[in-house]
Amino acid sequence: MARPGVTPDPLTVTGDGTVRDPIAGLSRAAGPARKWNAGDFIFKHLTLLFALGVLLLVFLMGFEMYRGSALTIEKFGWDFLVTSTWDPVLDEYGALPFIVGTLVSSMLALAIAVPLGLGVAIFLAELAPRWLEQPLSFLVELLAAIPSIVYGLWGIFVLVPWLRLHIQPWLGSNLGFLPFFQGPAYGFGMLAAGLILSVMVLPIIASISRDVLRTVPTLQREAALALGATRWETTKIVLTAARSGILGAILLGLGRAVGETMAVTMVIGNRADISASLFSPGYTMASVIANEFAEATTDLYTSALIEIAFLLFVITIILNAVARLIVWSMARKFKTA
Amino acid sequence: MNGTGWWRFRWRKAKNLGMSTFAAACLLLSVAPLVLIFSYTLIQGISSLNLAFFVQMPKPVGETGGGMANALAGTGILIGLGALFGLPVGIMGGIYLAEYGNNPFGASVRFLADVMSGVPSIVVGVVAYVLVVLPMNHFSALAGGVALAILMVPTVTRTTEEMIRLVPHSYREAGLALGIPQWKTTVRIILPAALKGITTGVLLAIARAAGETAPLLFTALGNRFWSTAVDQPIASLTVFIYDYAKAPFEDWNRQAWAAGFVLISLILVISVIFRVVTRSRYAEH
Amino acid sequence: MQNTDTAHSVASMSMEIPLAEPPQPVQTAAAPKMRTGNLNAYFGKTRALRDVSLSVPEQRVLAIIGPSGCGKSTFLRCLNRMHEVAGGTMKGEVTLDGTDVLAIDPVLLRRRVGMVFQKPNPFPTMSIFDNVAAGLRLNGVRDRKFLAATVERTLRQAALWDEVKDSLGKSGASISGGQQQRLCIARTLAVNPEVVLMDEPASALDPLSTAKIEELIYQLKSSYTIVIVTHNMQQAARVSDVTAFFYLGELIEVGDTKKVFTTPVKKQTEEYITGRFG
Repeated sequence: MARPGVTPDPLTVTGDGTVRDPIAGLSRAAGPARKWNAGDFIFKHLTLLFALGVLLLVFLMGFEMYRGSALTIEKFGWDFLVTSTWDPVLDEYGALPFIVGTLVSSMLALAIAVPLGLGVAIFLAELAPRWLEQPLSFLVELLAAIPSIVYGLWGIFVLVPWLRLHIQPWLGSNLGFLPFFQGPAYGFGMLAAGLILSVMVLPIIASISRDVLRTVPTLQREAALALGATRWETTKIVLTAARSGILGAILLGLGRAVGETMAVTMVIGNRADISASLFSPGYTMASVIANEFAEATTDLYTSALIEIAFLLFVITIILNAVARLIVWSMARKFKTA
Repeated sequence: MNGTGWWRFRWRKAKNLGMSTFAAACLLLSVAPLVLIFSYTLIQGISSLNLAFFVQMPKPVGETGGGMANALAGTGILIGLGALFGLPVGIMGGIYLAEYGNNPFGASVRFLADVMSGVPSIVVGVVAYVLVVLPMNHFSALAGGVALAILMVPTVTRTTEEMIRLVPHSYREAGLALGIPQWKTTVRIILPAALKGITTGVLLAIARAAGETAPLLFTALGNRFWSTAVDQPIASLTVFIYDYAKAPFEDWNRQAWAAGFVLISLILVISVIFRVVTRSRYAEH
Repeated sequence: MQNTDTAHSVASMSMEIPLAEPPQPVQTAAAPKMRTGNLNAYFGKTRALRDVSLSVPEQRVLAIIGPSGCGKSTFLRCLNRMHEVAGGTMKGEVTLDGTDVLAIDPVLLRRRVGMVFQKPNPFPTMSIFDNVAAGLRLNGVRDRKFLAATVERTLRQAALWDEVKDSLGKSGASISGGQQQRLCIARTLAVNPEVVLMDEPASALDPLSTAKIEELIYQLKSSYTIVIVTHNMQQAARVSDVTAFFYLGELIEVGDTKKVFTTPVKKQTEEYITGRFG
């Protein structure tokens, strides 16, 4: 019907004079409007399923290991964590030597890697010019890409002899009054493990600290410099602002140190002793699993090793979760500031 | 107070110089092991590297020479299995996170994937043992593949998500504006654009899996003979290095170095490729 | 204060810990405190400033106006050598009391030439007190009484004392934007600089805070030499004695503020002032 006042468009006026609304005609021809598309639904839920799988994987891992350690949990309970007998013949198991070994080697590694790593991070984030910083950052990250076994190779044939022939004798004769540097110089032992771990942990601490330092806004640095601060004084202020993120980096490094297996196993000597001396051989949680799992004869033996793995799992999950939360909240704080 | 001004200033400048020198020294000290390790593996291993090393089987104890053909094949099969199980989960999971994942569920998946990447590989090996070796009642390549797959999932998920997010929003808008449904836009337009980055991420995950030793020690175990069966123990490059490094034979030690050199070169090449590709992608933005 | 001696003696002069009271206002015609001669500034290959020769009169307010991107901020940053911090280079003469600033150690220069930034940047991990005292502490001032007295004096100068005197321990980032900017001004004043550079200090603030800061500048002029960059011409007209107009990296015109705004000499100046561009 022609509407009064509206000039009919020649394209829409049909032969008999009625007006055809082109748009109404088209959409009616296409059918009723669809609320959802079958393909979209399927695709979205298919990918959702896989994402769910990733989520469930973590829980599955924890659950299976908990189940696998049922025997030793039942038999030893909490004592498992504080007893130091590890006797497969008598089927008596206590994880204390390994827990101590893991702690000592990791702490030693951090004692070396944290100052060095922070120094590297400061150099890369604050001092180095752009053209130098990029290739250097890449080199530091490459350190993290070297597999543990290669570190172990280098450890056995280069680091250990060097320690045995040069470093340990020197330490023993000059600092031998300290309980840390007493005992025969095998080369293998806690010192070697701590040193090699520090090399492996350093790139993590360095790269994450560098990223954390970068999130501190340049405006803060300019404020300090404009006041007449030196570069180092400015860096100190930036470090204070970034301190929680750096803590996160250290925790992540600790997480890596705790779980390192091959390099440590190859140089630590693999003896379940607890000793004050860094020269003596030791044993870590990861190493005992690596060395003894394939040959575990009894069910209780296997269960003990699985329980140690479960311990490692829980420790690293907590360390990683806390560290990432810290780093994440710090980045958010600076975005809104 | 006034007279000490000059000395205070000089002290501040000296501290500044000292800390800068310290930082630079830290850097040199950190890069040194990289150079040392790489050059050592090269020097020690190059003498044992020849064609025979790649195609021959290990010789019996006491005989010199031999190769690691079975270990190479074994590693190939193991990472093939790992990729078979791990890549679909990782890539599809990454697609979900990039396309639909801006909600609490997506956030928790992202968080857990990151946290999972920190779980030691030996623990993953134990899980694979419980899941595969126990029911099957013997060690197998399958168990090793499952362990490697679990190790690959977090890396592949996150790199896939990041690569998809890097694709310019305009591609997506163009597709949607043409009336193409969202899922088709993702599959036909976004994914091909992100493919280069996703592939490199996958390569990186595979390279890392190829370098793993601990989880294989009690899943795939090892095999001195040629075997490609999925349900039997299988040799691998990394366990080969471990066994030969521990052995008291110098010839075997040298072979361990040679294998180590092959491994480290592979990983470094792929790391460089990954860095170049991701840097150029970021630069585009 | 002509001083052509070595950098050492200049430095030792500026090493004197500042007096508790700022110097008395100077009545005579302004001698140049700072001067640039044919200053060219670059970011890599791009030239941001071209042959700028400008005198900064002592104990006056010099306003620098011009459209965005004309080099105003770059010029300011050349005066206290912050330009090189951002990776830039400069060629030409920049002097403070006749001495080339490149011959003065930047740490010492920046104590004599302070800067307030466009976006307030108090140190978030420090308290309000520590923020103001930061510059003094860096120079080794430990006397708690002196620090407290200086903090109070400069916070009063910045018209912030009454608002924060009971919460000096709170974080520097916990106060409002306008208060933060006044805190930054107090921080800059605490080391008793001779020159205060201000890079659009009120552009990120609300009108009330802006008015307070303009009042502040007006008061400070009797004790300090002030250079203020602003894109707000009314502000320039209100607070400054001398105005310089920049366009595309070049100094177009400089003169008494009243003259520049009522009877500008160059055509570009007139067009900018009457709002024809920028």
